[in-house]
Amino acid sequence: MMAWLKTWEGLLALLFVATFAGNVVLAPEFLTIQNQINLFQLSIEKIIVALVMTLIIINAEIDLSVASVMGLSACAFGYLVTGGFPAAGAIVVCLGLGLVAGMINALLIARAGIPSLVVTLAMLIGFRGFARVLVKDQSMGNFPAWVTHLGQDALVGPLPLSLVLFVIFLAGLGILLHRTGFGRQIVVIGTNAEVARFSGLNVARVKTVLFLMSGFIAALAGLLYAARLGSVRGDAGTGFELDIITMVLLGGVSIFGGKGSMTGVVLSILIILNLRNGMALTNITGHIQTGVIGVLLIASVLIPNLTNDLRARRAKA
Amino acid sequence: MTRLHPQTLRIIALFVALLATVLFFSTQIDSYLSPRMFTRITTSAAVILPIAVGQAIVVMTRNIDLSIGSTVGVVAYLTGEFLGGHPDLHPLVVALLAMGIGGVMGAINGVLVAWGRVPSIIVTLGTLALYRSFLVQYSDAKTITTASLPQWLVDLPQANAFSLFGLDLRVTVVLALLSALAMGLALTRLRAARRIYAEGSNPDAAVMAGINAGMVVFVAFVLSGAFAGLSGLIFLAKFGNITVVAGMGFELKAVAAVVVGGVSILGGSGSMIGVVIGCVLVDTIDNSLTRWELVSEFWRDALLGMLIMAAVTVDTVMSRSLGRLGGKGGA
Repeated sequence: MMAWLKTWEGLLALLFVATFAGNVVLAPEFLTIQNQINLFQLSIEKIIVALVMTLIIINAEIDLSVASVMGLSACAFGYLVTGGFPAAGAIVVCLGLGLVAGMINALLIARAGIPSLVVTLAMLIGFRGFARVLVKDQSMGNFPAWVTHLGQDALVGPLPLSLVLFVIFLAGLGILLHRTGFGRQIVVIGTNAEVARFSGLNVARVKTVLFLMSGFIAALAGLLYAARLGSVRGDAGTGFELDIITMVLLGGVSIFGGKGSMTGVVLSILIILNLRNGMALTNITGHIQTGVIGVLLIASVLIPNLTNDLRARRAKA
Repeated sequence: MTRLHPQTLRIIALFVALLATVLFFSTQIDSYLSPRMFTRITTSAAVILPIAVGQAIVVMTRNIDLSIGSTVGVVAYLTGEFLGGHPDLHPLVVALLAMGIGGVMGAINGVLVAWGRVPSIIVTLGTLALYRSFLVQYSDAKTITTASLPQWLVDLPQANAFSLFGLDLRVTVVLALLSALAMGLALTRLRAARRIYAEGSNPDAAVMAGINAGMVVFVAFVLSGAFAGLSGLIFLAKFGNITVVAGMGFELKAVAAVVVGGVSILGGSGSMIGVVIGCVLVDTIDNSLTRWELVSEFWRDALLGMLIMAAVTVDTVMSRSLGRLGGKGGA
């Protein structure tokens, strides 16, 4: 038990208990079931995408375009529904768009061999641009009642659809990463892609699957976002990549690839949600919250680096 | 037959692309080839060029700086505010002040990347958010207005350095070009600056050659911040009114200018003349789209993204086929 507490996950667990306890003390209404569900629902799109981002970063890649794919999918949905397209069909089209976006990323990264950082940075601009082309400077809403109902109301017991989806994805991707051969391949390629290639692994295929999943899930998250808010604008989801990547890296996933667990990411998600909730309860503005997330992001890579240095120096002495 | 160096070929290709773009838009937009349009595009590129120069240096060392848009905003605001209280400062002091503030912000990035060994994308994604939230909090939603600025700064954007064939070159444009020229000369003539290429093309070899790799990366980020400071000052002069969103998204335009300008994203190569042309090309497209009636201006970002992707793809494919030729012992 003591040994576990000294690991990164143990540290996260302590941090989580601390933020949770802090919130309980600060706000009596914090512990109600409704607030707990709100806590998740307000950031649900980000945390769903964080799950697939975990696999991508463990694979030593990054997808900076997720927030723009979310925006594109949400805006395409608004555009189609406003144009008289049936909502059910629009959902299918938007999910297809997500797959296309993922495929473009995958082709350029896995086949053309361009670094994912550059490809997805270009697509962060490009996909957002297409979202703007669709909705211009308007706000598009008037979705059918069943769409907003699915986006906002409880579906299973007190849980809304988005939270149910999160649980399903968490279980599915957790098992995929930690219990299957494909998951092992993700980790091995993330540790050393050259070695993996010479061991006969199909590196390009694994990366293609990951970016396809990322595009699809980001598009789904965009639809959930549109349904939850009831309308979309061109800037839907802008800047979400900051929170998403922070959730993953704070969770102990190595930015250099090859290392990380779903448990850590879930703990980190809980910490960030509680932190944001707590800051909101104590009237700290959204901008300061974003700054705090920025610091967390840097610290979650810097601190392990520094402790590793310390350990190495102590081993030498 | 003398063979052209690939880098020279690239500059020529870029220049042809720029000419083709200008020619194309001149057939689409009325009175496009006018001195007014020239001034519009050059003054708009002048804001981006310094940060593109800084970004180019960072990219040459195999890093990226996403925080410069926020740096531009913070510097523009702080400098504007300071000038409100000290209107008699010498312009040169003001420029040094702006570059100094930017340099400090760049140094924070540099320390974390060079010695904290945190990847630059993570550091600067974090400081992009952090610097912006600092600005929002510090400014308390107050705006810097033209009225509070000294007259010389307000007049600066309209001031002409000289005219050439009826085209006016504004002082801000000359300033931006000078920053690119200075950096370009340093990169080709100065031993110290050559280390940037060495670090970018092969970090391990650079270390073995006795180059302090951490220091090179640190200096690159400080320069990037300082150049962002210069952009901030030009931004302040050009727009006068500074709100908390000043400079937002500039980092993406700078990346576009750098990549289109032929600086390799794999580090170690690229020239300042390429960056200048890349920057002008990006701004020409940007400014022309807003006046092109056939296509809505909302296509700007979509085109920008595709342009970056096209440039990078061409770059990767070209350098790979060059490498293959070299491998066969041919070239």
